[in-house]
Amino acid sequence: MSHNILDIAIAAALVIGGLFTLVGSIGLLKLQAPMARLHAPTKASTLGVGSILLASVLFAFAKGAPSYHELLIIAFLFMTAPVSAYFIGKVHIHLGQNRKPLPKPARDNIWATKAKREEDTPSVPEMKADA
Amino acid sequence: MIVTYALIFAFAAVSLSLLLTMIRLVKGPGPGDRILALDTLSINAVALIILVGIAGATQIYFEAAMIIAMLGFVSTVAVARFVLRGDIIE
Repeated sequence: MSHNILDIAIAAALVIGGLFTLVGSIGLLKLQAPMARLHAPTKASTLGVGSILLASVLFAFAKGAPSYHELLIIAFLFMTAPVSAYFIGKVHIHLGQNRKPLPKPARDNIWATKAKREEDTPSVPEMKADA
Repeated sequence: MIVTYALIFAFAAVSLSLLLTMIRLVKGPGPGDRILALDTLSINAVALIILVGIAGATQIYFEAAMIIAMLGFVSTVAVARFVLRGDIIE
């Protein structure tokens, strides 16, 4: 029972591709923040689909009819993944889904108008109008 | 023989990831998450079609995978641009 080295390479590429596709989708489902969810499926789009297509190329080799045109899909996905990730990140920023409210400012009494309005702790002495 | 078992595993993994991505597509809290889920769905569909091509030992599924990859990218950019600008081609 001796396997061909090409068969082992095809099987390894198929298993790696399936695992990384699964990891990308689990990350897409389980991560909490929208920007963190943006990061997960890049594994599925680069290494997952990449090694499945590589397995297809190797399988065509093993059959005796070699063809390289699956590499075209790999090149296309590698070129377009950053563009679509950029657009989705811009949608997240535009809709304000990862915006926290600003903290309240610290209390200060050094402004003259504010000290005149708040009578409890006047830090600036009031001016006499008729002095 | 080992290729057959690996092919079965890859079919199961890609189908399960399609299912998980569809859960995110249904319950995603915003439009950005839904666009991301659609993009991931198209990429997983490319992987599934290539696996069908390996299982059938044919090359005729290559064009379908290529067209789905291109349409996935174009539709992702179109929907994201519609959300961003209210229009696709200005």
